[in-house]
Amino acid sequence: MVALSGLIWAPLLLGLLSWLAEHRQRGAGNWVSLAGLLLLLLLSLYLAAMGESALSLSWFARFNIHFALLYDGLAQLMVVMTILLAILALAVSWQEIDRRQGFFHFSLMFSVAGINGVFLAADLFLFFLCWEVMLLPMTALILIWGHENRRYAAIKFFIFTQVSGLLMLIAIIALALFHQQIEGTLSFSLAELQHLDLPGESQFWLMLGFFVAFAVKLPTVPLHTWLPDAHTQAPTAGSVLLAGILLKTGAYGLIRILLPLFPEAAMNFAPVAVTLGVISILYGALMAFSQTDFKRLVAYSSISHMGFILLALFSWQAIALQGAILTIVAHGISSAALFCMAGMLQHRLHSRELGNMGGLWTSAPRMATMTLVFVMAGIGLPGLANFNGELLSLLGSFAVYPAHAMVAALGIIGSALYGLQLFQRAFQGPPGKEVQDLQGRELGFCAVMVLALVYFGLQPHLLLEVSAASLDKLVALASFSEVRP
Amino acid sequence: MLDWLYFIPLLPLLSALLLILLHGRLPLMGVVLMGVGSMTLAALLTALVGWQFYQLGGAPVQQDLFNWLPLDQAPVNISLYLDRLSMLMMAVVTGVGWLIHWYAAAYMARDKDVQRFFVYMNLFVFAMLMLVLGDNLVLLYLGWEGVGLCSFLLIGFWQQEPDNVKAAKKAFVVTRVGDTALMIGLLMLFAEFGSLSIQAILQGQIADASDSLWWIGLLLLGGAVGKSAQLPLQTWLPDAMAGPTPVSALIHAATMVTAGVYLIARLHPLFEPQILSLVAWTGALTLVLAGLAALAQTDIKRVLAYSTMSQIGYMFLGLGAMAYDSAIFHLMTHAFFKALLFLTAGSIILKLHHEQDIRRMGGLFRSLPLTSSFLLIGLLALVGVPGSAGFFSKEAILAATWEAQTAGPTLWAVALFGVLLTSLYSFRLFFMVCFGKPGHTHRPDEFPATSVFVLPLWPLVLLSLAGGWIALDFGGVFASGPAQHLAWYLEWLPVGVALLGLLLAWWWYFPGTSEKARQSALSQWLQGGLGFDWLYDKALVKPLGCLVGLNKADMLDSPYRFIAWLNLSINQLLTLTQSGRVRWYLYGTLAGSFLMLGGLLWWR
Repeated sequence: MVALSGLIWAPLLLGLLSWLAEHRQRGAGNWVSLAGLLLLLLLSLYLAAMGESALSLSWFARFNIHFALLYDGLAQLMVVMTILLAILALAVSWQEIDRRQGFFHFSLMFSVAGINGVFLAADLFLFFLCWEVMLLPMTALILIWGHENRRYAAIKFFIFTQVSGLLMLIAIIALALFHQQIEGTLSFSLAELQHLDLPGESQFWLMLGFFVAFAVKLPTVPLHTWLPDAHTQAPTAGSVLLAGILLKTGAYGLIRILLPLFPEAAMNFAPVAVTLGVISILYGALMAFSQTDFKRLVAYSSISHMGFILLALFSWQAIALQGAILTIVAHGISSAALFCMAGMLQHRLHSRELGNMGGLWTSAPRMATMTLVFVMAGIGLPGLANFNGELLSLLGSFAVYPAHAMVAALGIIGSALYGLQLFQRAFQGPPGKEVQDLQGRELGFCAVMVLALVYFGLQPHLLLEVSAASLDKLVALASFSEVRP
Repeated sequence: MLDWLYFIPLLPLLSALLLILLHGRLPLMGVVLMGVGSMTLAALLTALVGWQFYQLGGAPVQQDLFNWLPLDQAPVNISLYLDRLSMLMMAVVTGVGWLIHWYAAAYMARDKDVQRFFVYMNLFVFAMLMLVLGDNLVLLYLGWEGVGLCSFLLIGFWQQEPDNVKAAKKAFVVTRVGDTALMIGLLMLFAEFGSLSIQAILQGQIADASDSLWWIGLLLLGGAVGKSAQLPLQTWLPDAMAGPTPVSALIHAATMVTAGVYLIARLHPLFEPQILSLVAWTGALTLVLAGLAALAQTDIKRVLAYSTMSQIGYMFLGLGAMAYDSAIFHLMTHAFFKALLFLTAGSIILKLHHEQDIRRMGGLFRSLPLTSSFLLIGLLALVGVPGSAGFFSKEAILAATWEAQTAGPTLWAVALFGVLLTSLYSFRLFFMVCFGKPGHTHRPDEFPATSVFVLPLWPLVLLSLAGGWIALDFGGVFASGPAQHLAWYLEWLPVGVALLGLLLAWWWYFPGTSEKARQSALSQWLQGGLGFDWLYDKALVKPLGCLVGLNKADMLDSPYRFIAWLNLSINQLLTLTQSGRVRWYLYGTLAGSFLMLGGLLWWR
């Protein structure tokens, strides 16, 4: 299935193409990128319809490194979501980008290629490569098209991800060497490394290397401080990709690599990870409540939501894992939607400060209604997608960590605080400035996101079925966890 | 007909969705037709479904619509469960809800946002119906949160006013504290019973004799006190009066605030005696506290709000005394007369050009005889004058309280004191509003008897007077205890106490006899809700605000900032050495050589 690799190189080519097109004629890049992304979407859906597929080409034979891809249910879900969110990112910045449009399209497509690579990689070397690759265009997006403090944010983002990525690289190399020591050959293949019987002590340290990398990306308190800056300073398209999909690579890494490779070490580490998750939920919510910048508030709320994923994954219960998957998708939609809203507001008001808003409902009722739906989704209103994820995460984790789940449930209050802060300060109160309401394109993609939130809120089956096989494998690995107290 | 059950919640939902989609494109008539029409149909359908339900003997009906959460052993479905309890609740919600919608069509007709208003109202009815019809706790929670959202939106309906916005936020956040308790209760129930279906839980057995039932009961109570504005989460209800008056009638009197009562009644087998005592005490304390606060209010709607709180206290007392049927009975009669009271209050407010202060009313009996009579009828039912609806239900609760193991004579005495307070504040309200010299300059003229402001009130008047004769039979839902027959003087004491209240109110408040400007510190304390707002502000809101304000810049970022600063400083220090002066380089080299040589010699 060579076509599978197309999901990685095609966005690169298409990105170059739209750069050229934009160079030829101003505005053409938008259309080329859109057509390219739609093509990619078709390809990804077609491949997904064919069922699970894999690809393995020898790459650096000397080190036994392969260009190995695996397109199973979970990967399908993530790749399709990546492409859809990239389309959203493109749609929301259709007219927003005011300089170097060609390069913008290239960066956007480049990051899609990197992210797809992360989701597809079945070889740790390839995984690491893509992990680094997706970092570059994202840094460029922040650095070039970001807001007033973009340099600081971009550098911070870069350093955090680099340093943590370095730890992962060390762990990967050590893992390959362990394989050589035990089995006789170097190996970077995920499937082969899973069967490696590592000594407990070293398993822990290797696990920690991966954990730090994924915890920074997720992000988890106290490794989260890059995120508010990066989110706030990134252009809308960047924020959408960051919140919608880039954070999820951390969760995906945990599901795909950390838990299967080091089940015992992860299990021993679980109390710490779960505690970090709960702290993230509450600290993120509290910090969100204290913010007055629209985007910063949403950024901190993301930290809170990602805490639920960490809590769910490390409780390692079937229901909780389902909850984590649902949260990944739901948060991908709802936070991306809120960042779109922030972008559209900033475009109109030239400010992200909630203090400069207020009473916007009067002039922009559609915008207000949509935002209300997104905020309510974010704070876990039943019937919208996020609630399912949080409920299942809590139900699952309560079975093994009841105290943690109870404290995590307090996040319900915290979310009400910051959710209302955001909605009321922007849209209620005495009418201030007048803004243009949502029109045409904007109304279109907002409506699609509302529908998606409602659909997945009532029918999460599609997501659960697609990811079922991958999760079952993971649950089987944790069979020994049944005997845990 | 029973198969059409799901249409009852669906109708208001569809109407709400259509009203959203057609926003700004419908004439007023269209909006009213949709908003009120859907409720009319729902109420009619409820009547038909109810007729057939009782024809078939009132056996529970389950209607599975579709699967929601495919949990392996215990899938959570969107399914409706109709038994005698949910049938009654549904009838109250759609029946009283329909009358209030009808009235609201007239009340809100001149508001430019009337379409938005009916979206929220219809959505609210949908959520409330899901709450009472849901066959599992997740669906109940959906309704629970849904009514909370609609309540929030309707309190802040006139959202240009900062005060309304604040009141809406307060209501949402305070009730969400209760919702969190409910959520944790759900988690524990799932852990214990492996299912979230209400019937499965009620029929299930708890595995070991653990104390988790105790905790579950406590947490469910926590959820109930939030939604039903009982101690200690009662502070949001008086402020919630910022919403339009029909909203107060529907949400903050007849339906949503009684959701806690429904929750406890629905799950009553889970409550241990100790927790039931706690429920009874919560109710008793709240009913006295709210009664006292009602005495000092000057805003007609706030009097009614505290009165609602106090009446729900009676319902909690009934629940705690294991008289679940009496509590639900009181829930129903209360919905009738409190809706009537709020709607008449709305008419008065409208006639006086949005004047809500009872000190500036007065003399209305002469100018608004019909409305004043309606007000009087509502108040008589509230006080529990023999024969009125409130009499029967309150008597039943009082009798059960005396007898019950979990309550007893002490709580009965407290409730009796509550009867005195009820009578006092009711007649105070009546005298101040309807008698004496008008404190305003408007010249209100009575609505014609066929006005939309009056028509919906007639059924409520009738029900407030005769609703007590409706014989409720809860069949298999509540285990029926022995019929309570108290000594005759115990049964008639409440009536005597109410009469005493009337006399005292006459003496203190009847205009002309004594018109004291009561602005003592005591009355201010009572007016402010006995200082709970002050306490929460000092103990919770301020510290949280302080904490949040201090940490706006995120202290966890400081280690990273320190690392960055350290690197920059070292960098600057090192750049100092690159001064470009040969002299310095020479000295540096010399000093380095000496140091190294000296070090070498030293170490050898």
